[in-house]
Amino acid sequence: MDRKNIFRYIFYGGYFLFVLFSFIFKFNPGIKIGENFLKFILFMIKIIPFAFILIGLFEVWVKKETVEKHLGESSGILAYFYMILLASTTAGGLYVAFPVAYSLYKKGARLSVIFTYVGLAAVCRIPMTIFEASFMGIKFTLIRFFVSIPLIIVSSIILEKYLLHIGFVMKYED
Amino acid sequence: MIFLYVITFSLLILSFIFDRKKTIKALKIALKRFLKILPALLDVVIIISVILYLVPNSLISKSVGKGKNKFISLFIAALVGSITLMPGFVAFPLCGILLKKGVPYMVLSGFTTTLMMVGFITFPLEKKFFGTKVTIIRNVISFFIALTVAFVTGIFFGEIF
Repeated sequence: MDRKNIFRYIFYGGYFLFVLFSFIFKFNPGIKIGENFLKFILFMIKIIPFAFILIGLFEVWVKKETVEKHLGESSGILAYFYMILLASTTAGGLYVAFPVAYSLYKKGARLSVIFTYVGLAAVCRIPMTIFEASFMGIKFTLIRFFVSIPLIIVSSIILEKYLLHIGFVMKYED
Repeated sequence: MIFLYVITFSLLILSFIFDRKKTIKALKIALKRFLKILPALLDVVIIISVILYLVPNSLISKSVGKGKNKFISLFIAALVGSITLMPGFVAFPLCGILLKKGVPYMVLSGFTTTLMMVGFITFPLEKKFFGTKVTIIRNVISFFIALTVAFVTGIFFGEIF
């Protein structure tokens, strides 16, 4: 166990003890924090295991050549369109988008496509969009789409140029 | 959400019928990736639980809605949106209420778009994938995209001109 892990366990231990004692002694801020924690953990548990199973299936079934061909260096404008489809059906949030992005990277997708995916997964997930439009109106949502999607694609293409220039590699290991 | 479950289970069953070994390998990959990400995820949830206590909805309403100058409100809203993280089912009803209270669309657009795109809290998680430098660059770009979206929203709703 290295030093960093020890700090982490102390941090977790302290946090959970604080919440536990807050519940025992009815310390309101601690109770609120504990409730927030439960709310978010439950929300994530409803999504994350399924998202990771899909990632696993993607890893074993989808061929590297297929991803390279459609989303790799030689891919065209269609690649970004595919990312709109993939991102809009992504569940959860950025915490799901990052592992998915990593899988795409490993299979040979180009960087601009990956960063487009991450950006789009933030702004155009279908369930969230429906929710947004029902509260804010369809005009509000459409403006956000039409402005953010092109900007995300263009900035991802520029970001890729820079990242290739500095020799960026995604190092996250299994 | 049901859609996610149906898709996952159908694909899993299909995969199992076609190739048992591959399916087990897929599940192993899923578990390994999940365990690897778990500590960072736990950090994120712990930070959210504390931040949401320190920055409750009432404070968000106040900081987003109170400003006399729309642009100052927008800037504050974008900052609050960047540092907090909440699911859509919490954020949009809140925005709906704020809208009825007269908060401009532009300000709410800045708040919700940074909420979705800029992840100050998810930094420890994102860093694991992209590294510190690229994470910062991506979030700064996202912040400016969100501001652009907000400005255009302001123009289309007649709030700027």
